[in-house]
Amino acid sequence: MKALPQAGDALPPLEIAVTRTLIVAGAVASRDYQDVHHDAEAAREKGSPDVFMNILTTNGLVGRYVTDHFGPRSVLRALTIRLGAPNHPGDTMTLTGTVVEVAEGPDGTATARVRIAGANGLGHHVTGTATVEVPR
Amino acid sequence: MTAGPEDEDGFHARLRAYEGKPAATAGRGKDPVNLPMIRHWCEAMGDAHPAYRGPDAVAPPAMLQAWTMGGLSGHADRSEAYGELLGLLDGAGYTSVVATDCEQEYLRPLRPGDTITFDTVVESVSPRKTTRLGTGHFVTTRTDVRTGGELAGTHRFRILKYAPAARGTAPGPPEPPKAAPRRPRPVVNRDNAGFWEGVAEHRLLIQRCTACGALRFPWLPGCAACGSPEWDTVEAGGGGTVHSYVVMHHPPFPAFDPPYAVGLIELAEGVRMISNVVGVPYDEVRIGMPVRLEFQRVDEELELPVFRASEGER
Repeated sequence: MKALPQAGDALPPLEIAVTRTLIVAGAVASRDYQDVHHDAEAAREKGSPDVFMNILTTNGLVGRYVTDHFGPRSVLRALTIRLGAPNHPGDTMTLTGTVVEVAEGPDGTATARVRIAGANGLGHHVTGTATVEVPR
Repeated sequence: MTAGPEDEDGFHARLRAYEGKPAATAGRGKDPVNLPMIRHWCEAMGDAHPAYRGPDAVAPPAMLQAWTMGGLSGHADRSEAYGELLGLLDGAGYTSVVATDCEQEYLRPLRPGDTITFDTVVESVSPRKTTRLGTGHFVTTRTDVRTGGELAGTHRFRILKYAPAARGTAPGPPEPPKAAPRRPRPVVNRDNAGFWEGVAEHRLLIQRCTACGALRFPWLPGCAACGSPEWDTVEAGGGGTVHSYVVMHHPPFPAFDPPYAVGLIELAEGVRMISNVVGVPYDEVRIGMPVRLEFQRVDEELELPVFRASEGER
């Protein structure tokens, strides 16, 4: 059984290979047909060098990163993310996280606030905070 | 056409009139929550959480917005007001869109079979901002997502509606070679002209209050200690230490080549100044590191005082 999270705990980093396929699969799975997420030429017309990952995919990857770490019974309660440098094909995004606060409920359920960052070759793609419940 | 600066305030006021108005009222999710869409999402994200599989599956909470998406056929639920707001921005040349922020709270799990309704309100429209992508306005909306009348989650979303800064390499005549971008020019005025005259002579001049003797940097018209406007200068000896520093990674401004270290240098005379730390890799700059003043020629008309990490400190 996993020990309850504690403030200061670092999550092991997760490397995500940002492929064209991931960008398109994430966009389609999130029902996002904005052309900049699947059409490189349209993306260039709009001032971007290539297609880039949509925010819903980033949100999904951050959610996965957090619950992967806290285990099969962990439940996401909130996610707040801000995007910076875009995730373009061929890049690698490394997600890192640190537990900043843990509150324990009467039933022993821990609610952890986790600060998240995802860096790629251009800088920080995403920064944010996740709130996750971890039952005892 | 993009709104010019003269009518910028008026344009922003027209945009702000939409704050508080609905962007979607009683919108309906195109599909009820369902296992195939959940599975496609998990497959794309590489998410193997067991709660999202099997007969008692719940939808991944981070999927909240996906249930409200218009998909390829678009949004039928968008309000007239929101359409007008976007049309106003399109009409001003801010035709592109990129999402920048997403804040979600998950109040109850969504399960296969749940039907989705949602209400969205325009929370705010920012003044005109210039970003690396281009110039535009940030539009923030807040959506309440319900199932069976019960609030399942809230979703605050910020987009930038912008006019693209530059077109890509679409077919067309090759562009003439551009001059290499140059560093921004310093703003020289009567309060700091003496500093730049010193730099031109390779002297780093610190102001000294002639009333109370306090040294000050950067240059200011009056003494922060006693208020006197009278001053003379002392020349810095050139020694100093790194008091603090940051490493600049992003965004890469023209004429700059990140990553590079920006140091807050404490001069031997006691005042501090911001400059580049050179002669040491950006990731080996440390607080307390001794540095020495030198003058770096940036281009034919610009020289800048920078600080070189002293020998033997690497």
